[in-house]
Amino acid sequence: MTTEMSPESEATQPPRHAGGSESPMFSSTASKVTSVLGWMSIVAIGALLTLGLLISPPEVSQGESVRLFYIHVPSAIVCLYIAFSITLVGSIIYLRNQSVFWDLVAGASAEVGVLFLAFTLATGMLWGKPTWGTYWTWDPRLTSTAVSFILYLGYLAVRRLDMDPVARSRRAAVLGIVSFANLIIIRFSVQWWRSLHQGATIDPRDTQLDDSMLASFFLGLVAMTLTFAWLVVHRFRVAWLEHQLEASQLETAIAERTAAAGPSTGLAPGGA
Amino acid sequence: MLGVKWPISFIAVSDPVVRLRGVVSLIGRFPALAGTDLVVEQGEVVLLQGPNGAGKSTLLRLCAGMAPIHTGHGEAFGFDLTTRAGQREVRRRVGLLGHATSLYDDLTVEENVRFWSSAAAIGRGRDGTSSSGGASGSDAARADEAMTRLGVGERLRSVKVARLSAGQRRRAAIAVVVARRPLLWLLDEPHAGLDADGRDLIDELVRQAAEQGATAIVASHELDRVDALATRVLSVVGGQVSA
Amino acid sequence: MIRHAKLIAAKDLRIEVSAKVLTAQILPFGLLVLVLFGFGIPPDRRVLGTDDEASRSLLEQASPGLFWLAILFSALLAINRSFAIESVDGNLDALRLAGFDPAGVFLGKSLAVASELVVLEVIVGIGAFLLYGPPLGDPLLLGSTVLLTTGAMAFAGTLYGALGAGSRLRDTLVPLLVLPVLAPVLLAATRATESSLFEGSSSGWGWVGFLGAFCLLYLGAGILSFGSLLEET
Repeated sequence: MTTEMSPESEATQPPRHAGGSESPMFSSTASKVTSVLGWMSIVAIGALLTLGLLISPPEVSQGESVRLFYIHVPSAIVCLYIAFSITLVGSIIYLRNQSVFWDLVAGASAEVGVLFLAFTLATGMLWGKPTWGTYWTWDPRLTSTAVSFILYLGYLAVRRLDMDPVARSRRAAVLGIVSFANLIIIRFSVQWWRSLHQGATIDPRDTQLDDSMLASFFLGLVAMTLTFAWLVVHRFRVAWLEHQLEASQLETAIAERTAAAGPSTGLAPGGA
Repeated sequence: MLGVKWPISFIAVSDPVVRLRGVVSLIGRFPALAGTDLVVEQGEVVLLQGPNGAGKSTLLRLCAGMAPIHTGHGEAFGFDLTTRAGQREVRRRVGLLGHATSLYDDLTVEENVRFWSSAAAIGRGRDGTSSSGGASGSDAARADEAMTRLGVGERLRSVKVARLSAGQRRRAAIAVVVARRPLLWLLDEPHAGLDADGRDLIDELVRQAAEQGATAIVASHELDRVDALATRVLSVVGGQVSA
Repeated sequence: MIRHAKLIAAKDLRIEVSAKVLTAQILPFGLLVLVLFGFGIPPDRRVLGTDDEASRSLLEQASPGLFWLAILFSALLAINRSFAIESVDGNLDALRLAGFDPAGVFLGKSLAVASELVVLEVIVGIGAFLLYGPPLGDPLLLGSTVLLTTGAMAFAGTLYGALGAGSRLRDTLVPLLVLPVLAPVLLAATRATESSLFEGSSSGWGWVGFLGAFCLLYLGAGILSFGSLLEET
């Protein structure tokens, strides 16, 4: 009996797979893949801390606060580009073939994505304080990130609606697709709005970076992506186990109801 | 066979109106139907009886193409009940009287009956999806006739549904079903909340429908009432049907 | 699809005429919001800036945004009402049983909401002109802005209203879903209205184009997805 279940092997299982005696109930969401991912994340974060905080120099105009940029921008990239794209893809596949697997992937990715979005917002505001002298400014990126945060909170709320699970998953999938379009619309409109009114605000990408700073940034990107992947796999597995449990409970419920009713008789007029 | 629109006479010869085999249907995560078998031939009046929570309502909704099939096979009028396209075809041919009356409180009785009957008429082609064919008058006439049959008088027609009594409301809901002129009548506790007059009326409606070649499945606790009409009495217990 | 849409729209509007929720509740609410903005932003406070702006009160300057905020909040009520009438007595179920084309339901309900919004916009708009006193610059630009914003709010609102339909949490969920989605619409409508009132039509048409694209996107999304949203089985 193995306690491992890699995403690949899950993908090959039928979507409406029912747990039961032949299917082992897992007690942990950990596996070789996740422990490797986890260790790699920790190492990458450790390296990032060393490189970003100790080795790389302060920036010319921003000073020490540039170090926030090594985590702020990567986490923004991970949630806005990777996490919600996975939700989009999962939603499209779910609508096509009702695969519970992809529905749960979409949900897990959005959940961790929202977490990273909150982190992006927090670090963005912290970065804004020394840079602009205030926690909040109507910077297009910050503003659109805040609206996107609410947008995906709404997606998560729909995933928790009190209704038929299949209908709910279908609604969530529609929302997962439309929300991605909204992400782009919000981004675009806010950018346009601010660019008409004032010059571009300080852009993190315009700052002068030397090699060790660039290295810190890319290391940050790697660390964030690894951490994201690690969290998503675990979150997905929890959801998958819940699904297995529900499926097996359902089997039991059907069996109980069938047994309670006694043998069914063929039912045609005249007993055909 | 699936997806093909047979002329009504052909259905009568070859196919039962409803055929369910080992159907499991879920409400949320509860198996309301667990391994249900049912065959209903054209022209039958089937009475379903059984305790509350046995799955009668779900069974009727399933036959109407309104409930999902988790596992098992189901057909009505030769259309596959497990596909969305099949369900749509089935819905055009049935009249379902459920627990909800599905009337708009702020519209009058007449406006309600007209709205629902005109909705049904648009989906209806000239392919025999209603018991009296397409040649029998406009939507308004159908609605009119239905209300007359239900004893909804001129005065009551222009009253907002919100001001009706529960029994009157029920009559209006039945009028909506009658105006659809279904091939398959699915009546869930049709006698509930009606006066003696209204109960007789229900029996009369079912009798007439059967005479015209339609089929009816009626869930009711009023055994002695429907017994006289029913060609078969089935009991539903624990999500299964037995004779 | 079109015939179904007409039936639904006619039915929704007849319910509105009979129940008068729009005129008796939503419209007064919109006007009240206008007045309350006047409390929040003192009417005699002025903006210091160019000579032209110095003569304008802060309230007048902000009037496009305040007007659209008032409309946005009222639109939430209208959207909620649009699905409340279907949720009381299992009517959404009955619509499916009656064989309505989901795309027709979407179009019909959007059309009804849009008609209600136009009434709101005209009356609340008159209220805004009276209370805040902005000039009427470019009526053509203003008209197109109002029209396309109405469409954007109605299409997106109906799509998201359906997402919460049938749930006990609908009342609170729908604003959470709709507001971030309509935030860009609010932005575009406000900019376009500002430019039509104060600047002439320089940058306003770009925003009108944005509103048009938004409208089309949600029209398409609604028609394509409403089947998935309404179907419970």
